[in-house]
Amino acid sequence: MALSRKDFLGLRDVTSDEINEILDTAELMKYILTTNNKKTPHLQGKSIVTLFYENSTRTRLSFELASKYMSASAANISASSSSVAKGESLIDTGRTIERMGVDVIIIRHPLSGAPHLLARNVSASVINAGDGMNEHPTQALLDMFTIREKKGGFRGLQVAIIGDILHSRVARSNIWGLSKMGAKIRVAGPSTLMAPGLEEIGVEVAESVEEAVEGADVVMALRLQKERQEQGLLPSMREYSNVFGLNKERISLARKDALIMHPGPINRGIEITSDIADSDNSTINEQVTNGVAVRMALLYLITRRREHKNVMYS
Amino acid sequence: MLCIHNGKIIDGISDSYHKGDILIDNGKIVEISCSDLSHKADRVIDAEGLWVMPGFVDAHCHLREPGFEYKEDIASGTKSAAAGGFTSIACMPNTEPAIDNAAVVNFIKMKATAEGKVKVYPIGAITKGRKGKELTEMKELLDAGVIALSDDGDPVSDSRIMRLALEYAGQWGIPLISHCEDKSLVGDGVMNEGTISTILGLKGITPAAEEVMVARDVILAKITKAPLHIAHVSTKGSVEIIRKAKEIGIAVTCETAPHYFSANEKWVEGYDTNTKVNPPLRTEEDVEAIKVGLQDGTIDIIATDHAPHHRDEKEVEYTLAASGISGFETAFALGYTNLVEPKIISMVELVKKMSTIPAKIFKIDGGTLEVGKAADITIASDKDEYIIDVEKFYSKGKNSPFHGKKVKGRIVYTIVDGRVVYDNGKII
Repeated sequence: MALSRKDFLGLRDVTSDEINEILDTAELMKYILTTNNKKTPHLQGKSIVTLFYENSTRTRLSFELASKYMSASAANISASSSSVAKGESLIDTGRTIERMGVDVIIIRHPLSGAPHLLARNVSASVINAGDGMNEHPTQALLDMFTIREKKGGFRGLQVAIIGDILHSRVARSNIWGLSKMGAKIRVAGPSTLMAPGLEEIGVEVAESVEEAVEGADVVMALRLQKERQEQGLLPSMREYSNVFGLNKERISLARKDALIMHPGPINRGIEITSDIADSDNSTINEQVTNGVAVRMALLYLITRRREHKNVMYS
Repeated sequence: MLCIHNGKIIDGISDSYHKGDILIDNGKIVEISCSDLSHKADRVIDAEGLWVMPGFVDAHCHLREPGFEYKEDIASGTKSAAAGGFTSIACMPNTEPAIDNAAVVNFIKMKATAEGKVKVYPIGAITKGRKGKELTEMKELLDAGVIALSDDGDPVSDSRIMRLALEYAGQWGIPLISHCEDKSLVGDGVMNEGTISTILGLKGITPAAEEVMVARDVILAKITKAPLHIAHVSTKGSVEIIRKAKEIGIAVTCETAPHYFSANEKWVEGYDTNTKVNPPLRTEEDVEAIKVGLQDGTIDIIATDHAPHHRDEKEVEYTLAASGISGFETAFALGYTNLVEPKIISMVELVKKMSTIPAKIFKIDGGTLEVGKAADITIASDKDEYIIDVEKFYSKGKNSPFHGKKVKGRIVYTIVDGRVVYDNGKII
């Protein structure tokens, strides 16, 4: 078991076999997470750095814990406290980190394509933890893990993604990953926040949230950044929640057993009401646990790349 | 005396070419003939099988001096131009300081005379400091030698100022070059808006950002009756607006750059910052419309928009990368490969669009091969295919998305005022 690629930059360029392999491995990792002893030797002797140019709580913490549970040496760099603030280029920063013996660099960056630039310039593995509006592949993998666990698979599933599609890397990664696995994607949101050309990549654009949610097996709400109003893309948060927010009434159009998902952090009362977010169908808390499992799986598989013999501990 | 012997001569006047000899003495063409003139000369260039053309005239380039010599300077930029077959080039005023007064014009002319390989014609700014507020001293700039006025990449956003600029410059017939881009519509976009920008998660620039300003400026040209030249047309919509404007008799001319008929937005895939340019690479449909515009004459000329940048400015995140393509040394090959070979325009038409017509629009000496005129001549081969290699560029700017691409059309000699400045790959 191993991924043959050096880097993990997005779900657009991975195969369904690779996705399955990660999700299968994540099942084992989830089991480890539920045991009393959360220490495994999977990443012993490996050095992993998270390089974050944007704030993050859950993604960063889950990568860090995933590394530590598997006995890697893990360290963090954030943009505000490093040479980055002194104007060092991304390539120089990457090379410096690599020279300290680092095997995997996990990068989050506000600009699309930054992980690709880094990956081309270092021999360490690069994992994309979110780049601009482009991709957030590990978020989509944990979403997919959650869906697979609850629904048993992806083929024929109707997935509704609601909100700011234009700026959402979570939406993009889910679109690539889920459609690769056979799910159907329908999106809805304000037309000022719709990405152009979605139909050309196989996504159905619904005319209303109601239309998108109708009969869906999975309903995913995206976080709405408050700055979108200042940018003139929305008249008000109030109107957004009135027209595009997920509430009981809209969710009732979905299938009874539909999963309610959100990548977090939630703006309660804006993109989703509390009763829905906290309902039995909501997987929002479980997604967080699965995030650690999926990242453990990915780190394990990507660090096996150069080893002759694949040893699986269990 | 120098004789160019037995070449396929395109003189920029007639609609066909003829085989013959050109005799040059004292920097001027003294004889053009279908018979052998080589016995009269002490140096003979054997042009058998080669195209002999009026030197190319570039209406739009960036020489970066003064102010950004680390990107390019007049010495390196004119070497690059010579290697690309250009004998006269017009440089944009986005220097530091801007070309908004006679002193900077004189500085550039002086440097070009001392260090330049080809003839350099500065383009003055429309407004002081290119800030879009107050008009420059246009008559003084004209007297100092500018051939046109432009605020280049910071287009005049205030429509009233643009109207006044056209009116004021129009009284002396100085053409205004408009880089059409409504900055508020551009926003923080970095590539063409569409499916590809969605796929790559990059912020898009709508074609409308260009087209609304093209429309505004042709309307202003109509009421002011002043000569207007639209820079680097990149969209189908712009071509249509300009075609319509010409039909109703508005004095508008326009250019496109080789990358707008040679590359499209799909090239951005992989976040190659060498594809970042302003306006951005557009869709295949736009590329086709540009070709049709070149064919039917809506697009008058091809200009390079040679925009060299330092490597460090391109080896960064796509959004942070500088916009522009180093274009002198690929322009002819791209024109030949993408327009002449597929029979979109003829070789004669390509030469007119790269030499004769720009010379005429901007009243630059050159553009034709005639007895008594300066011997600014470019000789090129269309025989062998070769691979573009930016490391061989004379320009300091190695920023080209065409690196590694196979093309046809190679400059063999460039002659300025009868002096060979480029000879088979070498600057003389």
